[in-house]
Amino acid sequence: MFAYIVRRLVLMLVTLFGISVIIFVLLRIVPGNIVDILFDAAGFVDPADKANLERELGLDQSIVVQYLHWIGGLLRGDLGYSYVSEKPALDEILPRIPITARLAGLALLFSASIGIPLGVISAVKQGTRLDYALRVVSLSGLSLPSFWLGLLILMASVSLFGSMPIFNPNPATWTEAFAIYCVPAMAVGFRSAALTMRITRSSMLEILRQDYIRTARAKGASESAVNYHHALKNAVLPVITVIGIEAAFLIGGLIVTETVFNIPGIARFLVEALRWRDYPIVQNLVMLIAVVVVVANFTVDMLYAALDPRIRYTD
Amino acid sequence: MRSMRVVAAAVLSVLAVSSVALAAEPKQGGILRVYHRDSPASASIHEEATYSVNVPFMPVFNNLVMYKQDVAQNSMDSIVPDLAESWAWSGDHKTLSFKLRQGVKWHDGKPFTSADVKCTFDMLMGKSQQKFRKNPRKSWYNEVVDVTPNGDFEVAFNLKRPQPALLALLASGYTPVYPCHVSPGDMRTKPIGTGPFKFVEFKANESIKLVRNPDYWKKGLPHLDGIEFTIIPNRSTAILGFISGQFDMTFPTEVSIPLLKDVKAQAPKAVCVVEPNNVSTNIIVNSSSPPFDNLDIRRAMALALDRKAFISILFEGQADIGGTMLPAPGGLWAMPKEMLESIPGYGPDINANREQARKLMQKAGYGPDKHLAVKVSTRNIPVYRDPAIILIDQLKSIYIDADLDVVETANWFSKVARKDYALGLNLTGNAVDDPDQSFYENYSCGSERNYTNYCNKDIEKLFDQQSVETDVAKRKTLVWDIDKKLQEDVARPIIFHSRTGTCWQPYVKGITIMVNSSYNGYRYEDVWLDK
Repeated sequence: MFAYIVRRLVLMLVTLFGISVIIFVLLRIVPGNIVDILFDAAGFVDPADKANLERELGLDQSIVVQYLHWIGGLLRGDLGYSYVSEKPALDEILPRIPITARLAGLALLFSASIGIPLGVISAVKQGTRLDYALRVVSLSGLSLPSFWLGLLILMASVSLFGSMPIFNPNPATWTEAFAIYCVPAMAVGFRSAALTMRITRSSMLEILRQDYIRTARAKGASESAVNYHHALKNAVLPVITVIGIEAAFLIGGLIVTETVFNIPGIARFLVEALRWRDYPIVQNLVMLIAVVVVVANFTVDMLYAALDPRIRYTD
Repeated sequence: MRSMRVVAAAVLSVLAVSSVALAAEPKQGGILRVYHRDSPASASIHEEATYSVNVPFMPVFNNLVMYKQDVAQNSMDSIVPDLAESWAWSGDHKTLSFKLRQGVKWHDGKPFTSADVKCTFDMLMGKSQQKFRKNPRKSWYNEVVDVTPNGDFEVAFNLKRPQPALLALLASGYTPVYPCHVSPGDMRTKPIGTGPFKFVEFKANESIKLVRNPDYWKKGLPHLDGIEFTIIPNRSTAILGFISGQFDMTFPTEVSIPLLKDVKAQAPKAVCVVEPNNVSTNIIVNSSSPPFDNLDIRRAMALALDRKAFISILFEGQADIGGTMLPAPGGLWAMPKEMLESIPGYGPDINANREQARKLMQKAGYGPDKHLAVKVSTRNIPVYRDPAIILIDQLKSIYIDADLDVVETANWFSKVARKDYALGLNLTGNAVDDPDQSFYENYSCGSERNYTNYCNKDIEKLFDQQSVETDVAKRKTLVWDIDKKLQEDVARPIIFHSRTGTCWQPYVKGITIMVNSSYNGYRYEDVWLDK
């Protein structure tokens, strides 16, 4: 087991190195750089000024030197400076992480706490009106784009309450905090909850048809014991996989949600930085997201072993 | 009894008048909450060329002179002293002298002197050690030889030749005076000014905060305690925020005509105005290579334009047709209607224009059986893309089959600079409603923003002739002739001049939206909240 974990950790490092190269090269392949965009705002490109600015930002150096400069800085904890704000990249990124983490955490919580129970109910009540109703809800969750849902929520909020949640870093009341974080989290988590529900349902249906479930029933176990103790415990493995994958995909959904709800998190910041070709911000943010995804995958794998005694990673 | 009634009526009317007067008396305090359309590249007005920077940062600064903030139309008559107490032209109109205000302090407490004026303009002219990263309006000062201080509170601009329009350029929101002791880099991130509001913070993509300058040299001003700009790039979210009352004002001149309808329907008490913003939508033509090196094809294209259709589709009829200069009544230099309509393509009979255009196309070798295939390049932004699509549709009527070539903003100017386009749809904003700014910037040989490299030495001479003219009536006639010639040469065909809306809540007082520039009216020192 220990050797397996070490191997996975080494693989994680290799993956992160590969990602760093891909991010770096892809960003340089995209036409235009920060200097083009800065001059775009001025309505012209002055070749001499452009060359000066490229020199000032180190963009005139070879791609290898630029990469080594970045990765060397990253290993020392120096993320460089944002080309746009001219502030340390770390100072720009750090305050935004808790905002997005809170939002993503709440969205995942919403997804799991709604998706799993409803999936179980839908499976247990298979073929009933309740099952059909829940399947309609899950299908709509998968079909509605989160930006549309977000706008709809905002419009309904203005129409019903005469106000809408505008981000405030220090909400004064619980109601305000709820509006600022929970409403957008629900908007982005709805799709994820729908997916979790569908996976839970199908997984539960498969398990409920297993022989050992029949045996449990024959032994006189109560329905709730059969459903929640025997079936759910085994059905939850694919659900955890999906939640793990969803955690990675969530960042895509958050870009739209943060834009619609005007939340200054890292997802929206990443898009803005990309628009400006603010390399230090984009590179470091994508690396951060890559680390989160790789760690999430690793955690899911470790959770398998914890949840299913049959799974034992051997050397 | 009758006399008592008269007295009572008189007392009541005095009370009524005084209560009106009281109601009109500006109230102190409050934070003006405005949403901002995007995150500006920096806080340095001199280094940027978008009013996304002027709107939040103009209140931090003062100019030497400025356009009076409660007069909607910028003109020489509406220029008032700011950091300069007075100004005077020399007899030969080659020196413009300013007497500066004494006792003015920068927000960091240092005194303002003529050295700051010299520093600012030396930097703008590229003459100082310290350099701006970008200097988009360097050409505004082409005629200035140098700026010479005379003691701490007097300064003179020495010119190569008379240029009456210099005063107009100095009054623009684009021409604040910067402090000598603060580096250009710091001005991009933590600007220091002498203006009514002090800079507090600029969080990219989040907010910009300004606070009242208690030591402002204009006693009793500003009325507001501060201004907060919340950056909301998503228009729907921003408008919903305004409708729900979470913002006191929309971003100036940013509400499109269709959105204005939504605002009026959902916030009927909001005060909304629609004004020209001195931004023209035009076509840039690559006349250096086929097929548009052929003047006949360029003229045919200009004749094919149905400008009213553009305006009716995009602005529900609320935009203006004109030449290079902003049309009247907002614009000061527009050609008379009959002169405008005498230009090919501006006449009211579109079918006749297009018939003429088809003949020109046939002369160039194209016709119903042989269409000309071209690409219309434009930036991937709705205000560019939408008119480009209408243009493509209209060109079909003269045997031109055009495809839309959408270019990402980052690549637009490089593409234009290397002439990698046939036709381009472009927007040109003018900071000052003055021919010097518009002609030299967009049509002068060698100008950085003359994207088409249009260069006509005869017209160039006329540019200089109008520029030195001190008689406004004579200058106007010259300007009309130049504008007409530019349109006839199809230098950069102007399709329309747009109008946009601004809304604010009824308790916001003292807002004036300028009708011939979107760059000069954001000092906010007279704005107050009636609540």
